[in-house]
Amino acid sequence: MESLFINIGNLCREKVVELTEVLNLPEAFAGYFMVLIYAIAILTFVLLNAIVLVYLERKIAAYLQQRLGPNRVGPRGILQSLADVVKLLGKEDIIPRAADKWIFRLAAVLVIVPTVMVYAVIPFGKDMIAVDLNIGIFYFIAISSTATIALLMAGWGSNNKYSLLGSMRVVAQMVSYEIPLVFSMLGVIMIAGSLQMSDIVAAQKDMWFIVFQPVAFLIFIIAATAELNRGPFDLPEGEQEIIAGPFTEYSGMRYALFFTAEYANLISTSAIAATLFLGGPSGPWLPSWMWFLIKVYAMILFFMWIRWTIPRIRIDHLMKLNWKFLVPLSLVNIFVTGVALKLFSGW
Amino acid sequence: MLEQFTSIGIFIFVGLGFAVSSLLVAWIVRPKRPNPLKMSTYECGLETRGRTWIQFKVSYFLYALVFLVFDVEVVFLIPWAVEFLKLPWIAFIEMFIFIGILVVGLWYVWKEGALEWK
Amino acid sequence: MSGMASPVIFWVLAVVTVGAGLAVALTRNIVHSALFLVLTFIGTAGFFMLLEADFLAAVQILIYAGGVSVLLVFGVMLTRHGNIKLSNPLNRYKITGGIVAALLLLLTGGLILYSEWEVSPEALREQESTVSAIAVSMLSEYVIPFEAAALLLLVALIGAVLLAKGVKHSK
Repeated sequence: MESLFINIGNLCREKVVELTEVLNLPEAFAGYFMVLIYAIAILTFVLLNAIVLVYLERKIAAYLQQRLGPNRVGPRGILQSLADVVKLLGKEDIIPRAADKWIFRLAAVLVIVPTVMVYAVIPFGKDMIAVDLNIGIFYFIAISSTATIALLMAGWGSNNKYSLLGSMRVVAQMVSYEIPLVFSMLGVIMIAGSLQMSDIVAAQKDMWFIVFQPVAFLIFIIAATAELNRGPFDLPEGEQEIIAGPFTEYSGMRYALFFTAEYANLISTSAIAATLFLGGPSGPWLPSWMWFLIKVYAMILFFMWIRWTIPRIRIDHLMKLNWKFLVPLSLVNIFVTGVALKLFSGW
Repeated sequence: MLEQFTSIGIFIFVGLGFAVSSLLVAWIVRPKRPNPLKMSTYECGLETRGRTWIQFKVSYFLYALVFLVFDVEVVFLIPWAVEFLKLPWIAFIEMFIFIGILVVGLWYVWKEGALEWK
Repeated sequence: MSGMASPVIFWVLAVVTVGAGLAVALTRNIVHSALFLVLTFIGTAGFFMLLEADFLAAVQILIYAGGVSVLLVFGVMLTRHGNIKLSNPLNRYKITGGIVAALLLLLTGGLILYSEWEVSPEALREQESTVSAIAVSMLSEYVIPFEAAALLLLVALIGAVLLAKGVKHSK
């Protein structure tokens, strides 16, 4: 059970190696083809989860608000997401006359790329990381910071005052909250002594880092919610405030791509939280990848709970919270962690 | 290491491939009936007034700037954090001088009110 | 010596980076220019990866594609009010500019090709991790430049706020 996916992977690898020999291709081809298979498998996993999450979010929101949520399409409304996908595929793609066509189109595509790239370093199970980079978590930090450009392009490309304003606010928010997000991860890096994801998971085999870094975990949750434009920090997207912010002029599949990216980001951020603070894919008795799923879903449900419980924060409060509270607090956390580590490990 | 980066490249292509192919499927499936009303810019259901530009608000630029300075600080902090346990005490003090200098910067920006959203 | 960089990847990256660089200067729409600049940053990160400097490649993406680009695009979007499609026109000096650029290219290219480059012994050592190596040298040999970098950032921050405050007062 534990090596279920590893065994499937190895079976594929044997077939691919045979194929490489039969077709006389260079040896490296087998390795790269396997990575392609991993990438497609991960993408499929993410998309399936995103579809489930859209439904889950609506149901959870409904029950928290004491109503039923989607319950017409399929038993208990389970097929709702599928119906939504089919609908979005079939919607007419309206590009406003005044829009900058190339930037408008490119933005929808470019928002997906960093979202997918990030999954390369996530540990889905024991020995189940697609690309175990030496700079693991730093790769995640660097790639997620590029999402802001795609959002700026979306807002600009629409040539609409509201889109532009919305996208600038989104980017100002995302960019500000990146700092405490990264600072909170530093404590974990200090204890683990490495950026590599497999090392970070291994370092938690005796005790999860949430025990050593509770403050950092809290800062991470708050900063991550803001980075994901979710929960109490969704001002730039709030329907009552600015229509749909940067996505106002988008319709059909392009709109769907933005929202797929949002849910995929939710999954990847929860996965990072689970890896850095909850020990990642490890635990007694159940296979490692099952533990990973459980922990990721625990984080996702936590994020959803926060979103549907706490009211939206005003933009000036949002910025004040970040620069005047979270950033100094995370610096203090680094200092305390440093002192504690040095004292604990002797001079 | 190079194989790892080519693998990352493969991930980029899978991402791009997914986005492009889903748009292609949608392009095949959907109706195409543009009319001038649909193609006009949205402004709460009214006609747009004025050109599309927004008032210059210095706050946006300042937030991006302070972010950039702290981003560079992060770049220095990460190698230090990785080697933290193996480095001598003096490295700890050196890094905190570094952080201290930038905290002075943050304090200055704070007191000047550049972090306020106006 | 660590593995040879694949020539195909190098040439693709070179064409993309230089092409994007040219596009930055020659596109007439300034927002397009800014976006092509982001492409040059990403191309440069690719070159760092080819040289096996993984940490530096990620730093390039983080700082340049994630930070400097945002700053630039904010600057462009907040100050451009005219017809954006013609906001970056070619000026009268295109021929002179072209000649100066070509001369610069010949000069630097010549210098690069005809100097005796030494390979430092440290580069030949198989690195366990570039990050550890950076950390150690940053905090021992290169401490002074390291602290000086902090001072530089401080000065930049104060300078920018002073300039911005100037704008606020004149409203």
